[in-house]
Amino acid sequence: MGARAAGMQSAAPGAGARRPRPGGGRLLGVCIHACGLFPLLRWFALGAAGGLGANPQEFLTRSSGIWALALLWATLAVTPARRLGWTSLLRHRRKLGLYAFFYTVLHVLAWAVWDRGGVPAAMWEDLWRRDFIGVGALAVLCLVPLALTSTQGWMRRLGRGWKRLHTLVYPAAALSVLHFDWMRAGKNDFLEPRLYALVLALLLAARLPGWWRGWRTARRGAPGSQG
Amino acid sequence: MRAPWEIGIPPSEITPESVWLSRRRWLRQAALGSLALGAGGLARAVPADGLEGAVLEAPRDARWSTDESPNRWKDITTYNNFYEFGTGKGDPAEYAGRMRLEPWTVRIDGAVRKPMTLDVDALRRLAPLEERVYRLRCVEAWSMVVPWTGYSLSHLLRQVEPTADARYVVFTTALQPDAMPGVAAGVLDWPYVEGLRMDEAMHPLALLTFGVYGRVLPPQNGAPLRVVVPWKYGFKSAKSLVGIHLQAEPPVTSWMRAAPREYGFYANVNPAVPHPRWSQETERRIGAGFFAPRLPTQPFNGYAESVAGLYAGMDLARNF
Repeated sequence: MGARAAGMQSAAPGAGARRPRPGGGRLLGVCIHACGLFPLLRWFALGAAGGLGANPQEFLTRSSGIWALALLWATLAVTPARRLGWTSLLRHRRKLGLYAFFYTVLHVLAWAVWDRGGVPAAMWEDLWRRDFIGVGALAVLCLVPLALTSTQGWMRRLGRGWKRLHTLVYPAAALSVLHFDWMRAGKNDFLEPRLYALVLALLLAARLPGWWRGWRTARRGAPGSQG
Repeated sequence: MRAPWEIGIPPSEITPESVWLSRRRWLRQAALGSLALGAGGLARAVPADGLEGAVLEAPRDARWSTDESPNRWKDITTYNNFYEFGTGKGDPAEYAGRMRLEPWTVRIDGAVRKPMTLDVDALRRLAPLEERVYRLRCVEAWSMVVPWTGYSLSHLLRQVEPTADARYVVFTTALQPDAMPGVAAGVLDWPYVEGLRMDEAMHPLALLTFGVYGRVLPPQNGAPLRVVVPWKYGFKSAKSLVGIHLQAEPPVTSWMRAAPREYGFYANVNPAVPHPRWSQETERRIGAGFFAPRLPTQPFNGYAESVAGLYAGMDLARNF
């Protein structure tokens, strides 16, 4: 199932993705779940050991944001990984994407409850007054339809449109890293956000050959479309 | 129209109790209930658990002390901003021990009749030490309650006999690049410089501080001596002082130089003036618990009655 979905999204469907791989695929799936649940389990372990620090709310807000980012990047790494020959990862992309969304939701809840006191007016004001919050909210808005339409049923219903809709992951990623960067602006502490930006640039650059081929194929297939 | 600092009302009147209660209920029921993790780890330890360092006891000065309960020693000494040692809150506790504390002298000069260079012992003996339990409000919208030990800075300033030109007091923090891993990062221009207007520095609340919790200051809290100015955001309370300079011109402080749009000279705690990147209306009290509601921030951090007069007639939104 995951393999089919991934094949639909990739520019050039790889035959390897469809080949059944009993055993190996399941083990990989378990690993993906382990990665996705690791941050949550780590928080519980730290909490039980009193290791969340003097400001646990701040720790969890930041940690959930970082993990949302890292898992979104992992999701975006699936296509380049496939190009490098790791095709079995494709069928687990949805899991990675949904884990990224899970931590995004926790990050938003942490902000809403711990930073804005659960007061809607305070949240609304923050969205408009502060650039880095606004940009983060836009990123979340991009991710919501992707999570909602991640099911097999929605894939079927949307057909070709599903793939187009899911290109929203690119603006979501760019806005997320901008959110991170602007959040750090006050401390002139840009090392981490710039590292994330660099990795994102590499992940996107790895797609360029595929996009270029797809564009040329499309042009040859429909000669009139370019005028 | 009333100026923001005239709103000297207690927090209970800012948020109606019914709203406050309903917020608490809402928070309890929030979807993050599942995150009420670590309840065991966060269970109240005795606040003074784990005290370290030489004893520096002094009688409590009730007049200038809040009766709110102080934060735990552990929170006060592990959650710090001291960028010379890194921008992470845990960095100062990890690295500040490298700072060389002996010999240590403080040069007090400028517009004074009697410039002095004093060592820490001489400074400590200059006036009787008192314990003052102050609220500390960080510009990052969190707060603590800290039992400091020291005496009013005015005692020291009177010793050097300021001249008529002494309108500002400039504090310079120690700079030991080989012991301070954060200095190379270039977040600020070093050494760290802060300042007060002369009348602010002479206010009895401005504390020359040598200790916390009846112990000498740990390095991460600004050993061997610092100022504490409780009605201003925490970054005004310069740590590990090596120089106090009196002058006629207003100084450009480190944060004003780094981000003039975000940090002004006065930096009085003011819920009505938001930081460009966050609101200052409320604050998170460190150690209050996972689902404790945020507290409304008070004008001048609750010291308006004592200090608002210093700013009579000033536009505090412009002079932020």
